[in-house]
Amino acid sequence: MIFRRVFPGLLGLSCLFFFSGCGSQPRADLVLCNGAEPQTLDPALVSGQLEGRICAALHEGLTRRDARGKSIPGAAQSWKISPDGKTYTFTLRPDMKWSNGDPVTAEDFRYSWVRALDPATASPYAEILFFIRGAEDFQAGRAPVAAVEVVAPDAGTLVVHLKNPVPFFLSLTSFTTYLPVHRATVEKHGDRWTRPEHWVGNGPYRLKAWRVNDRVCLEKNPAYHSPERIRLNRIDALAVTRASTAFNLYSSGQADVLLDKGLIPSLILPKLRGRPDFHPAPLFATYFYRFNVTRPPFDNPKIRRAFSLALNKEAVVDKMTRGGEPIALSLTPRGVPGYRPPEGPAQDEDTARALLRDAGFPNGQGFPRVSILYNKSELNEQVAVEVQAQWTRALGVQVELRNQEWATYLRSLDTLDFDIARSSWVGDYDDPLTFLDCFATGRGNNRTGWSDATYDHLLARAQAEANPASRFRLLEQAEEILVSRAMPILPIYHFVGCLMFDPGKLDGLLPNLLDEHPFAEIGPKGK
Amino acid sequence: MLTFLARRFISSIPVVIAVLALCFLLVRIAPGSPFAAERALDARTKAVLETKYGLSGSLPEQLLRYGSRVLRGDLGDSLKFRGRTVAEIIGQSLPRSLLIGSISFTLALALGIPLGAYAAAQHRGKGDSFFNSLALLTLSTPTFVLAPVSVLVFAFGLKLLPPAGWGTPSQLILPAFCLAIPFIGAAARLTRAGLLDTLNSDFVRAARAKGVSEASLVYRHALRPAILPLVAYAGPLAANILTGSLVIEEVFAIPGIGQFFVNGVINRDVFLVSGVVLVYCFLLLLFNLMADWLTALLDPRIRLSS
Repeated sequence: MIFRRVFPGLLGLSCLFFFSGCGSQPRADLVLCNGAEPQTLDPALVSGQLEGRICAALHEGLTRRDARGKSIPGAAQSWKISPDGKTYTFTLRPDMKWSNGDPVTAEDFRYSWVRALDPATASPYAEILFFIRGAEDFQAGRAPVAAVEVVAPDAGTLVVHLKNPVPFFLSLTSFTTYLPVHRATVEKHGDRWTRPEHWVGNGPYRLKAWRVNDRVCLEKNPAYHSPERIRLNRIDALAVTRASTAFNLYSSGQADVLLDKGLIPSLILPKLRGRPDFHPAPLFATYFYRFNVTRPPFDNPKIRRAFSLALNKEAVVDKMTRGGEPIALSLTPRGVPGYRPPEGPAQDEDTARALLRDAGFPNGQGFPRVSILYNKSELNEQVAVEVQAQWTRALGVQVELRNQEWATYLRSLDTLDFDIARSSWVGDYDDPLTFLDCFATGRGNNRTGWSDATYDHLLARAQAEANPASRFRLLEQAEEILVSRAMPILPIYHFVGCLMFDPGKLDGLLPNLLDEHPFAEIGPKGK
Repeated sequence: MLTFLARRFISSIPVVIAVLALCFLLVRIAPGSPFAAERALDARTKAVLETKYGLSGSLPEQLLRYGSRVLRGDLGDSLKFRGRTVAEIIGQSLPRSLLIGSISFTLALALGIPLGAYAAAQHRGKGDSFFNSLALLTLSTPTFVLAPVSVLVFAFGLKLLPPAGWGTPSQLILPAFCLAIPFIGAAARLTRAGLLDTLNSDFVRAARAKGVSEASLVYRHALRPAILPLVAYAGPLAANILTGSLVIEEVFAIPGIGQFFVNGVINRDVFLVSGVVLVYCFLLLLFNLMADWLTALLDPRIRLSS
């Protein structure tokens, strides 16, 4: 039979590929389930957290994160800040080398930042460099590259001029888009420079292999400036998307760490509470609904308020998310020292009904049918079903569910083709501005059609304010407009991050607000 | 034979072109941009990306640009996995799906055919109804149930096999079986039906009258013509099974090509989707050709040149 002849051949051919790459080597010192396949490992192009984690192991910024997520000296050994808070002068470590032996210079940082801003690079995160004077104009094509006020007077000094005082700038300099890249490698290999055979970096680890949809293999970088700091020789970051699969890998010992709540099946979350290897912690991220304020009925602030007041958020987190998420009364989660997020109104069904009556819809009579738009996911659907039931019961209105797949959903958001839409936002840096700036007039992430001159003005004033305390008061006033008065959004809950690892075996993994877990900090317990 | 092959090859060309063009256009027409993300992208950056990847201008222009690149042997770059070529992604993931798929395909036929033959030989007996029910059960159990249940039983209950992962032979066993099981049932039912038909035909009756033993009748004389329907089914099945399965790959963390069919469409990663569809199309044509050739080998009434 032909099957006997052909298929052993096919099998043999396939086996050739089976035992190739890093998978056939002994198990890495640490195996992490990192989430989906990384879309890119080019710091200028990264927009996701899972890629950011790997980049932070491969490249070191002027500052780096410690296990608590705090920014500490990295490639820069010290810095001076001008009295007006607008000029930062960084002094680089003298002994810093790229993985190919070239010295890391201040010019490398200038090049990397300008590259991320260059429209030809098409960085999805270029905006995060706009705090630098001249950066926005250069990216928008209104000014030449010389307008970007980052200067490298010598190989060891980098001077950065900012548009405004940015109290969190030292947190930004450890952000992925601010990481340095090796100019000669990028220019020689173009888009392909992140392949393991070309890649050059300055971080504690170097890129050994990268197998599509399988794993990224990292190994200790001997050229790193403080090799004694690196606790593990080899780390594999697995690409796993399905929560049950990630959890199975962890339970069977094939993976040591689950880095994301999305990798833990939500059904078993309540059972995991109390287990020593389950580590939940608040995250700097919020799940919320957007109202489309450009068309009826949600162009009426009273109706937006009525819908907000009618929602029992506790029921949503208790019944649906089940990870111990705190309900959200503000957009900005708690946890930024000195910032007190203003709280929007709590649930009040009587007032909600009265507001709807005032708007001309007593007991919901005559209220148009509205829909909740969400992207296809089990959790989004469960939350939407719960919210739908609550609004129907409390207000007597008819709410439909509108489920779209990812790309279509994003287009509906961008074209404001929705009544109410589910959304979430994860803070990029530990400051409320990362949330509040989204809703300034004309911002790409506004996606509600809402515009408020006072809000914009307060944000602008806050950004120009040098005194951190006064700056926070201005941001609080802005947020109050957002969550208590105009209410173009309805915050529902703040996310909780969940790590899973055995604390008896590993340390250096500490839950923190920004969910930063630098790989170089992780190691066997006590060693 | 050569004429047959040449004719089939030439007639496949318009099919491949039509499939590729249709796939490209459908993904491009679908609402949403491949570059859209939760964090909004400004119009200028989007335009830069569209120009870079040859997705600017009208749809026919884009299609022509893509077509001319494919003719030069360039399947383009992935839009989602920046810096990776489609050829590289397929080159890495297809062999893994081929490995699992070829094991499953072999299992499906190696177990399905004897089971079907046994059931036919036991026609209307206890064995027949038992295997019939078993075949129905395997056919009607979806992989998204079968795969997690088999992980529960064999990985966590009996602790015989690893629950997921890629790199050791033991990690191949569960996914290969889970992928094969529905097709074992299908192969068994087709074999049984084919055999029952054949066993009632004149030449079998004649052989029986000559005193040929029942076993020799079934396995030596009747089986060859009886598996013709199975051969016709096995062509598309092989293409299907060798290009992986989203569910099996996700449940067992297999870095195969199957998930790119679905995720590529969700991400509007037009070049990646077109690339994997091209591979699927090619395999389908190849295995259908092989099935036709096998049919001619098995059935003396069929001549390829006619």
